[in-house]
Amino acid sequence: MPAPAEQNEKFAAYAQPWRLVSTEWLADHLGSSDLVVLESDEDILLYETGHIPGALKIDWHTDLNDPVTRDYIDGETFAAVAGSRGIGRDTTVVIYGDKSNWWAAYALWVFTLFGHEDVRLLDGGRDKWIAEGRPLTTEKPAVTPVEYPVVERDDASIRAYIGDVLNHFGNPLIDVRSPEEYSGERTTMPAYPEEGTLRGGHIPSAVSVPWGRAAAEDGTFRTRAELEKIYKEEAGLSDGDNVVAYCRIGERSSHTWFVLKYLLGFENVRNYDGSWTEWGNAVRVPIVKGSEPGTAPATRRGKHGA
Amino acid sequence: MPAQLAEIVNDFQSMEESERLELLLDFARSLPELPGHLADRPELLEQVVECQSPLFLSVEVGQAPEQPVQLYFSAPPEAPTTRGFASVLHEGLNGLPAAEILAVPDDVTDQLGLTRAISPLRMRGMAAMLGRIKRLVREATAA
Repeated sequence: MPAPAEQNEKFAAYAQPWRLVSTEWLADHLGSSDLVVLESDEDILLYETGHIPGALKIDWHTDLNDPVTRDYIDGETFAAVAGSRGIGRDTTVVIYGDKSNWWAAYALWVFTLFGHEDVRLLDGGRDKWIAEGRPLTTEKPAVTPVEYPVVERDDASIRAYIGDVLNHFGNPLIDVRSPEEYSGERTTMPAYPEEGTLRGGHIPSAVSVPWGRAAAEDGTFRTRAELEKIYKEEAGLSDGDNVVAYCRIGERSSHTWFVLKYLLGFENVRNYDGSWTEWGNAVRVPIVKGSEPGTAPATRRGKHGA
Repeated sequence: MPAQLAEIVNDFQSMEESERLELLLDFARSLPELPGHLADRPELLEQVVECQSPLFLSVEVGQAPEQPVQLYFSAPPEAPTTRGFASVLHEGLNGLPAAEILAVPDDVTDQLGLTRAISPLRMRGMAAMLGRIKRLVREATAA
């Protein structure tokens, strides 16, 4: 890790404290040569209205998704995306964004698919930085591009495909969507676009923990003790569990993935990015409607998917 | 297509892709505030749920034979893309006769040349906004 880890009491309780930095830490380290700050928002123009001085923009859709196949970019494109922002393989990358870091966590998860080791989130994200009256600028920083190696994406450890999920039954699943989406009343978040899902409901046995519960009022992550209560006591996860999280297209569940993996220390957590827009359209996969998880069907090992 | 909208489409098309985003941001900044009679009465506004961020709009149709249409939009500053789309439609359509607005081609949003820079998913929000305006105008003029 080029940049030193931040020491504070709240972070120290997390499984991997250095995965977060505070607004103070970031303010003190802005301009460090081994640090690149990225803003990742839902709205593609929000960065342009004002951003943290020196921060560069990364867009989940236009930068990180393949424009043709429903997949993430490949190693070559990632090398260009990173290198053009002055990010080398050993650079410390701090990502922040709007909506309690929802889209920032998604970008972090994609960086992790490429094994970029030192990538951290700004606790509280864009809103906390602004709420504290810290400076914003519309000035776009000049970047000296660097060489980023072409690294093949490694999906296996943190990404689940539909076939993996069908083989996962009997292990915990966390559905991070809104209660209305979970029950099948709606197929998208309240007030969000319908994205063409044919069936409503949830994957059998998935427990509902809306992603936003992991964030406090000010957009920061809840404390370790609070998170333990939500995910272990309420949702029933136990240490050592093999967990899959999903939402609608895999962005909200990246936030939960971050919480389970780095803040609570679950080693085997995968994000099912196909999520409801795949499952709710797939032929003959089991679905449960209503507010109860339902029971896990037998796994379909070997019969399905990637 | 109405002249005032065609002019905006031309402005977008004559630019490089990155400049088009800047222009959309300029539009976002110039979206007019809601007038008092709507600002205090949020129930008079209708939400366009197809937009990624909350967008509320209201349509007032004037007297025949012209039936000029007044458009009102509200979207938060944290949603500049949504505000930009609303502002383009406001500048391109506000004050026009109902018949002219109903005749606007549904695919006009594709002609701004933003699809690649903004993503097709986001452009759908703008198409939905235009669709909603036309539906409200149609309902108001049907009586």
